[in-house]
Amino acid sequence: MIDAKTRAELEEIAARYPHKRSGLLPMLHLVQSVAGQITPEGIEACAEILGISAAEVSGVATFYTMYKRRPVGDYHVGVCTNTLCAIMGGDLIFERLKEHLDVGNDETTEDGKITLEHVECNAACDYAPVMMVNWEFMDNQTPESAVQVVDDLREGKEVRSTRGPKVVTWREAERVLAGFPDDLADEGPAAGPASLVGLEIARENDWKAPEANQ
Amino acid sequence: MTTAPSNNVLTPILTDNWDAERSWTLASYEARGGYAGLKKALSMPQDDVIAAVKDSGLRGRGGAGFPTGMKWSFIPQDNPNPKYLVVNADESEPGTCKDIPLMMASPHTLVEGVIISSYAIRANKAFIYVRGEVLHVIRRLQRAVQEAYLAGHLGTDIHGSGYDLDLVVHAGAGAYICGEETALLDSLEGRRGQPRLRPPFPAVAGLYASPTVINNVESIASVPSIIVNGPDWFASMGTEKSKGFGIFSLSGHVNRPGQYEAPLGITLRQLIDLAGGMRNGNQLKFWTPGGSSTPLLNSEHLDVPLDFEAVGEAGSMLGTRALQIFDETTCVVRAVLRWTEFYKHESCGKCTPCREGTWWLTQTLARLEKGQGTEEDLDLLLDQCDNILGRAFCALGDGATSPITSSIKYFRADYLAHLEHGGCPFDPMASTVFETEGASA
Repeated sequence: MIDAKTRAELEEIAARYPHKRSGLLPMLHLVQSVAGQITPEGIEACAEILGISAAEVSGVATFYTMYKRRPVGDYHVGVCTNTLCAIMGGDLIFERLKEHLDVGNDETTEDGKITLEHVECNAACDYAPVMMVNWEFMDNQTPESAVQVVDDLREGKEVRSTRGPKVVTWREAERVLAGFPDDLADEGPAAGPASLVGLEIARENDWKAPEANQ
Repeated sequence: MTTAPSNNVLTPILTDNWDAERSWTLASYEARGGYAGLKKALSMPQDDVIAAVKDSGLRGRGGAGFPTGMKWSFIPQDNPNPKYLVVNADESEPGTCKDIPLMMASPHTLVEGVIISSYAIRANKAFIYVRGEVLHVIRRLQRAVQEAYLAGHLGTDIHGSGYDLDLVVHAGAGAYICGEETALLDSLEGRRGQPRLRPPFPAVAGLYASPTVINNVESIASVPSIIVNGPDWFASMGTEKSKGFGIFSLSGHVNRPGQYEAPLGITLRQLIDLAGGMRNGNQLKFWTPGGSSTPLLNSEHLDVPLDFEAVGEAGSMLGTRALQIFDETTCVVRAVLRWTEFYKHESCGKCTPCREGTWWLTQTLARLEKGQGTEEDLDLLLDQCDNILGRAFCALGDGATSPITSSIKYFRADYLAHLEHGGCPFDPMASTVFETEGASA
């Protein structure tokens, strides 16, 4: 899996930093994008390039929750079950998806399409309950809408983030996290409705910041 | 109609361009005067830029409230090592959701702030450490940095000033602890994200043991407006010791959750009013002023000015202005147990009080939530908290105790009701959003 092209890209990541070990997190994202998970081969490649031991790389790879040691499906579906989202309905959404997909937490459907996981606060509390698909926002979910999303994903229908593009595969997403942009930055809105509520009220009332006095 | 600043309940500054067409692009940002702050800063001596930020009274917007300009002035300029600026964009404190929409809608506000701030502290390399779980935000940051290079705002000899700066967007990989600034530095060095002993402080020995400034996204994004409009303009907003404006994030049981940018000192009563009130006309039960690590408050605190001092006097902390609002349908024990499970999951394992303590807290709370404990378990919980607070290596452990001690203080009856009822007396369906939409789970 770690071919010459990937090896060259891993080296390219390390070279972005004054000290090459700083590249390790994005390098592990790149390993996931080509191997679909963190593999022993990927760990060895990172260790060789950075001149550290495989044990040191493993120590890092096992610390962070985004690195997976089992194969991830084409779509990673994360349901926020931290307090705010849980209470607003995230717990019920997660239960419904487990039942509907017949998987437990951090498990993948038999067709290899969907990996379901409950996630911690993803900084979108004003859109609760929130679900992430390959780390794209799916805002204001209900159990019904969440089931629709996973059904559409499994049937290969187009699924769009509520604040972003048509969702890409998990491996494609991991490549962007490694620092190789996919040219989709212009997709989606500038902001979702909740992000703009205060601004809209300010506009209606003609409330502004004070003028600069200079 | 409203010309006097005091009448302006909301003051859109950072959020002001979020409704602009393609607001994330350089063209849109510059069409509204963006990068004027950079031009002005580059014509100023670096120390004058630091003085302006100091004089403005800007205090860190990531929760701790340390004066930003003072932090910059701690960088020893006679240290021969390179200086670094690191932006903490690891927004993960439960309830906090201001930096993510800012970077999505207007990444150039942050990039411009990074360039001005780096210039001030004489850094030639800067990093934006952004949590990995926000793919589209990372795309927008990557694009903004690319555009800034092409426009000559980044790179060598920026606009003929002789000043060079490189900026790297660095994606994290899922770890709440990396929002702690020294854990973030370890993570940025390619290690497990665990906090470091202080001193030495990052200003002296931070990234690669070199002088480093670490600031929150909103702090850095506030810098261009201070440079353009002047420190007095900034200080004309807010309260005596908490100057300026901030983004207040309302979530939970209000009719219009979202982002409200206002001078520091606005109250929750005002904000709930702007948000169209509590849903269904329900009563406010409890709320966090600044994320789950800030002690809970209740309806007695509706008129507390939301600034660093007044929220502190009320027994909590302003934190990140993450106002999670819960009505009477919500079980406080369930809420607190879930937060505690979060701290247990995110404890980095470095120190014993936090690693073991959060585990014990979860055990005790889970028992109470099931109605299986006794009233003495409340004292046991407080004792466990006492063994963590002030004894943990970093603020994560301290934060884990906040929801527990504050909820026992204000809602002891809720805990006892679980014991009397033999379990949770609340209907979890009643607190969901779809309850009001008539949908069923």
